[in-house]
Formats: sequence, C-alpha cells, structure tokens
Amino acid sequence: MDDQKKMILDYVVREYLEEDDDTEITYDTELISGGIVDSFSMVSLKRFLEKKYNISIPDADASPEAFDTVNSISALVDRFKKA
Amino acid sequence: MAFSTTIRESYRQELNGLRAAGLYKEERFILGNQGADIEVEFPAGAAGRKVINFCANNYLGLSSHPDVVAAAREGLASHGYGMSSVRFICGTQDIHRRLEDRLTAFLGTEDTILFPSCMDANAGVFEACLGADDVMIADRLVHASIVDGMRLCKAMNDTYKHSDMNHLEEKLKEHQDKRIRLIITDGVFSMDGDIAKLDEIVALAEKYDALVFVDDSHASGFIGKTGRGTHEHCGVFGKIDIITTTLGKGLGGASGGCVSGRKEIVEMCRQKARPYLFSNTVAPMIVAGALKVLDLVFTNTERRDTLEWNTKYWRQGLAEAGFDLKQGDSPIVPVMLYNAKLAQDMARDLFAEGIYVVGFFFPVVPQGAARIRTQLSAAHTRAHLDKGLAAFRKVGAKHGILGKGKKEITEMFGK
Repeated sequence: MDDQKKMILDYVVREYLEEDDDTEITYDTELISGGIVDSFSMVSLKRFLEKKYNISIPDADASPEAFDTVNSISALVDRFKKA
Repeated sequence: MAFSTTIRESYRQELNGLRAAGLYKEERFILGNQGADIEVEFPAGAAGRKVINFCANNYLGLSSHPDVVAAAREGLASHGYGMSSVRFICGTQDIHRRLEDRLTAFLGTEDTILFPSCMDANAGVFEACLGADDVMIADRLVHASIVDGMRLCKAMNDTYKHSDMNHLEEKLKEHQDKRIRLIITDGVFSMDGDIAKLDEIVALAEKYDALVFVDDSHASGFIGKTGRGTHEHCGVFGKIDIITTTLGKGLGGASGGCVSGRKEIVEMCRQKARPYLFSNTVAPMIVAGALKVLDLVFTNTERRDTLEWNTKYWRQGLAEAGFDLKQGDSPIVPVMLYNAKLAQDMARDLFAEGIYVVGFFFPVVPQGAARIRTQLSAAHTRAHLDKGLAAFRKVGAKHGILGKGKKEITEMFGK
C-alpha cells in the first residue's frame, strides 16, 4: 500500500513540480484545490494510473475531489483494482 | 420552471461566495476612447479620474488611430453595418476574403479563415482538425480558450511543464503511436510575458513527426523584427502549421480572430469548425478597419519599434527601482508581489496616483504568484512612462518591497 502511495507521490512530483520548486508534498497535500495540479493537467496522472495498475477509471470517477490527495488517489486505485 | 425565490437565492449565494473569496470582478467604465490617457469611472457613479493606462492590450496604440477609425467609417458606408447571416449562407463579402488573404501574407502561411474572435478560433480549430486517433500536447500555461477548445475535441490531451523542452520531448516519445501529434503553445504567454521557445519546439516537431500550433494573440503585429510574430522572432517563419491570433489586441483592438496555416487545415475549419459555422463573422466595418491596420503594420515598423523601446525603458526603470520582475522580451512586464492582498492594495494605490493597473492572483495565476501585470503600448510617451515609474517607486516604497525578492516579500506578507 505504501509502495503504491510512494509511486503516485513520485509521479506527481516528477510530472507537476518545476525543478526549482521546493514545495513539500505529502500524502495529504491538496493537489488540485491547493493549486499544484490543475484539473486539466490531471489527465496524464489518470493515464499513468491506468497503465501502471492495469485498470480503467471512468471519467465520472476521475473527479477533482478524487484526485485531490495522494491518499484519495490511492483509494481510487484500490477501488478499481478490486472491481 | 419559474425563476423562483429559491433559485434566485442560490445564485445570490454563489455570487456572494465569489465576493467573499475576493474573486468578484468589478468593471470600470472608461469615459471615451481607448488609449494611453483615459478617464475612468470607478467605482460606478464616482467622478471620472484621469489615469495613464498600463493594462490594455493596445500594444501598437491603434485602438483609436485616426486612419483606422476613418477606414472603419468608410467600410460602414460602403459595406453596411451587419451581415445578418453566417459565412456559408450569405455572410461573406469581398473584404472578408481580402482580409483573410492579407493575414495569410502577413503571417507567412498558406491560408486563413476569420472567426468572430480568437476565443472562437481556439474553441473550434481542434475539434475540426483532430480525431480520436490523435493527441494534443499543450504547454501548461496556454490560454483558457485553448483549454476549452481541447476539451471539446475527441483527441487525447496531454500537457507539458511550462516551456520545458525535456518534458515535451518525453511526451512526444510517449505518444508515437498516435496518428497526429499536435504541440500546442502560446507565442507570448499572457500572464508571464515570456516567449515560447518556438525554434526548439519546431526542431522537436521535426524530430518526432508532430505538428505545431501557436496562439500568437499577444505577439501579432509587434514581436519579431517586422512584427509578424513569435515565429519571426524565433527564426521559424513559415514553419508553423497552425497559428491563431486576434484582431482584438495589437492589430486594432476591436474584435475578431483567425486560424491561419496549412491550406487543408483551414479548409477543414471552413467545413467543420462550429463557432465559424454557427455565428456571424467579423462585422464589415471592423474588417475595413483591420485592413487599414495591416496596411500600417506592413508598410513600416515604427510603431513596433517604439513599443520595443518603451518596453526596455519601462523594464529597466522598474528593475532599477528594485521591483522583482518576470524576465521576458515582450511588452507584458509582470511585477511580482506573490501575495494577493498586496497586489490588490498596490493596484489601488497606483490608481490613486493616476496609474491604471490590475492585480492578478489565484486562480488566474498560480497560488503564491500574485502580481501586477503591466503592459506597454506604442501610444505611451516618455512622459507617460516617467510618471508611471515615479508612481511605482512611491507605492513600492510605501509597502516596503523595493529591493526585495520572493523570499523577503512572502516573509513580510505571506503567500
């Protein structure tokens, strides 16, 4: 589980932070409402999760709320891994 | 369904929420023509105040140019007020086609199609030209109208970090399985004022077999040695597949926009772009005015040269005063303040000093990146600039931020 969260967190840092950005991101950091990831750019995160975990997340479930923290993203992944 | 008290109340609550969050936009009334010197009524009902305008997109100072106004007046007399039709029924005049041809020559492309605005051009072009087998890869700071246009298109969308060519290259590699890869960028980024690395973007497009789209709204008419735009500035004139731009900023400032580029792409827009198909195009008098604007910018570069000089003088003056500026070569010069309230307070104080500027903060710019965006014009004189710089020095000193950078300002005021 922690591996999964770490994997997601690493992707978020790599994909969304500028090289000189020293913002600290934890599993609870608000990514979208906190202005780190804009809702338009989060599509690449969705694709990353689908490919990495071999799941399909319907657009209706890929809401800004569901993608707002690493914890909520990980919970979403778990839900579709079981489905 | 009736517009019930409950519905009315729900709208009011939402509007009050915007006010409480400091996101409610108040319009200020200009009493007279757009220009460097304007009289502004703000708040509504207040007496008019004479101020110098540093927040218009009137880059070439053509919004109220007598030759442009006269040409528009002649166009009104010769071609009437409106068309009462979309283009493909009976809404196209000879001057519409003439303007499209002139824009094609100016932008160095194969063909051009007018849209009611560049917002409409961006809303329509992607859906008209791309399908489910394609991918759009956009810079993360592109204009909102591009984001909207991409959302309307069935092609996959992706983004790359602002002007990060390594990240763009990663994305191009990732999407090699797609039919068309379209790289999407602004030419000049409207909030930061920096210029896209179009030379590197074109090189990557050639290497990874991609097309290039540029929105040059904040560049057409003045960026590049002869004002043709970012592609001229970056040495890739004639190599851009799709350019969108506006007639609502440097090129006269009225309204209207276009898609200019590969002949077949323009033809696809003419057949399929919904904002083009289902809306009247640019009104005849604006077309006539825009033709005059192109005459002026084609025949000499004096106005864009003045703008370039003004920009350098202004940027140097603010830097010497100790303001923290975003670096760039365009007439958009953002003064970084980081804190939203500071940006609003300083804009208000500058207005009291006779300088009209606006503070920008989240969500228009990223959290903790609040700023006052200043914009230069060829209509500014040295006296305008000196008065503006004096006011900035005075207000900057009042807030104690001169000579301070991001770290110190955020320590003083918070993010």
